[in-house]
Amino acid sequence: MSALFDIDLADASTFPSRRTEAWKYSDLKRYLREAPQPSPTAAIGAPGPFYDLGGEAIVFANGRAVGVTDFIASGDQTLRLRYISDAVGTGHSAGARVAARAGARLLLLETHEGAGSAYVAHNTLELDVAAGAEVTRIVLVEEPEDALSIAQAQVKVEAGGVFRQTVIATGARLQRVETRVDHHARGAHVQADGLYLLNGARQADLTSVVRHLDRDGTTSQLIKGVARDAARGVFQGKIVVERGADGTDARMGHHALIASERAEIDAKPELIIYADDVQCAHGNTVGALDESALFYMQQRGVPADEARALLTQAFLIEVVDRIEHEGAREVVREWLTARL
Amino acid sequence: MLSISNLHVSVGDKPILKGLTLDVPAGEVHAVMGPNGAGKSTLGYALSGRPGYEATEGSVEWNGADLLDLDPAERAAKGVFLSFQYPIEIPGVPALTFVRTALNAQRRARGEEEVSAPEFLKLVKAASKALKMDFDMLKRPLNVGFSGGEKKRMEILQMALLEPSLLILDETDSGLDIDALRIVADGVNALRSPERSMLVITHYQRLLDYIKPDRVHVLAAGRIVASGGPELALQLEAEGYDKYLPAAA
Repeated sequence: MSALFDIDLADASTFPSRRTEAWKYSDLKRYLREAPQPSPTAAIGAPGPFYDLGGEAIVFANGRAVGVTDFIASGDQTLRLRYISDAVGTGHSAGARVAARAGARLLLLETHEGAGSAYVAHNTLELDVAAGAEVTRIVLVEEPEDALSIAQAQVKVEAGGVFRQTVIATGARLQRVETRVDHHARGAHVQADGLYLLNGARQADLTSVVRHLDRDGTTSQLIKGVARDAARGVFQGKIVVERGADGTDARMGHHALIASERAEIDAKPELIIYADDVQCAHGNTVGALDESALFYMQQRGVPADEARALLTQAFLIEVVDRIEHEGAREVVREWLTARL
Repeated sequence: MLSISNLHVSVGDKPILKGLTLDVPAGEVHAVMGPNGAGKSTLGYALSGRPGYEATEGSVEWNGADLLDLDPAERAAKGVFLSFQYPIEIPGVPALTFVRTALNAQRRARGEEEVSAPEFLKLVKAASKALKMDFDMLKRPLNVGFSGGEKKRMEILQMALLEPSLLILDETDSGLDIDALRIVADGVNALRSPERSMLVITHYQRLLDYIKPDRVHVLAAGRIVASGGPELALQLEAEGYDKYLPAAA
C-alpha cells in the first residue's frame, strides 16, 4: 500500500469515519466495521465503455493486475485504465501509476466497472503530469447499488503542465471519487470537473483538493449533479492557494438538482487563500427542476418522464460539453443519455 | 367542438373560475376578454392541465374526450395547444430538438409514425421561412436570450409544426410591437381552418384587429358575463370593463 493513500482494506483501523472532517459525509466505518475477506479472482467480461477509442490498457480484476500497473506516456497516447470488480461481499485494492513525460499528450480513460454485490473496492492512482505535458482524465464509475467504493488519485502537475479531469459517477452504497492535485502552476492549468446522476438510495461523493503551490496557475472546476429518489450527492471541493502563489486564478462551481423530497445534497466548497494577489471565486447552488419548464414541455406533448429526462440531461450536459476530446466526449454523452 | 360547462377552478384554496360555460364550435375563433384578475390566464392553464389549477366542478369536453381526465401531454396529443403569454426559456435544449421531441411524442401517443430527422428539417425550414425566422436561431436553446417577438414567433412555429386542433392564445400580443404583432397574427390566421378551433384570450382589443373573432365573450370574476359578435370587443375598448364589474361582484 502506497504511503500516499492512508486506507488499507486489510486493516479496519485505517477506515475513515465521520470523525475525520474530510470524511464526514462519507462515513466508511458506518458501513464497514471489519476488514472484508479478500476477493477471489475474477474474469474480465465486456471490453469496457472506452474500448472503441483504442490505445493501451492497464486492467485490474478484483485488485489483481492483468499485465502492467505502471505506464509512462510520451507523444500522443491513449490509455484505458480499468478497475474491474466482480465480487460478492469481499474486498480488493488496486493501485496504478501513470506519468506523462514532458510534451506528452495523454488521454487517460479510467473506468470503475462493477458487477456482483456488496463488495468493497479501493482503487488508487498516482499520476504525474510533467512540465509541458497535457493529460485529459475521464473517470467513469458504474457500480452495484450496494457496493462500497473508494477511488483516490494523487496528481502532480508540474510547471506549465495541463491536467483536465471529468468524473462521471452514478453512486453506490458509498462511492467516493477523490482527487488531490499538487498544482505547481507557472502557467499550468487544472480543470477538475465532474457530474453525478444518482437514483434509488445511491450516494456519490466527489471530493477534490487542488493546492496551488506556485505563482500564475489556473484552476477551473465545474461540478453538476442530480439526486433523485432517496439518493445523496456530496461535493467537497477545496482549493488552497499557498503563500507565494500570486497570480493564481481559480474558479469553482457546484450546481445540483434535487429531484425528490427524500434526496439530499451536501456541498462543502472551500477556498483557502494565503497569497495576496489572486482571483478566486466559487458558486454553489442547489435547486429543483423548473416546474414551469416541465409544464411547458408537457403542454407541447412531451410526457412528464421524458420532459424530466430532457431537462436533467440539459442540466448535466454542460459538464460533458467541456470535455475537449471529441471521441471521449461522445462516448460519455451516449453513456449518460442511456442512463437518464 | 370545445364545450366547457360550469367549470370551477381553484388555485390553492382560492376559487378563480366560478361556473364558466362556453362553447367553441370547430372552425370558429372565439375571443375571451376581461379585466385583470378575471381568470383569463387560469382558463388557459385549466384547459391545458397545469398542475396547481384544480377543477373542482364542471366539465371540459373536446372532440368527445373529457380533457379534465387527461394529463397535459395527453391533452397536447389530443390537439390542445396553449400559446404562453411568457414562453418559458429552456437552457440546454436546442429549439429544434425540443420541437422534434414534442412532435414525435405526440405522434407516438396517437399511434402515428415518427417523423425522421431529414423530413423534420424540411418541415422546419419551410415553416421558419414563412415566419421570417432565422433558421440558425433554432439551433440555440429554446427561447434563451430570444427577444419577446422571437419567443412569440417560436410559439407560432411550434403551432405550425404541431398542427393542434384547439389553439388557446394567452395574451399573445403582450410585449409585441406592431410589426411583430402582424407577423404573429399572420401566422395564426394561416392556421385558421374548418377543423381548428381557437380561443383568443386578451385584455386589449388591439389583437382582434388582426385576428378577427367570430364571437367575443366577456370574462369577469370567473364567469362569462356577456357574449356577442366582434362589435362587443369594440364596445369594450370604448367603454372599458366597468359595467361588468359590479354585476359580477
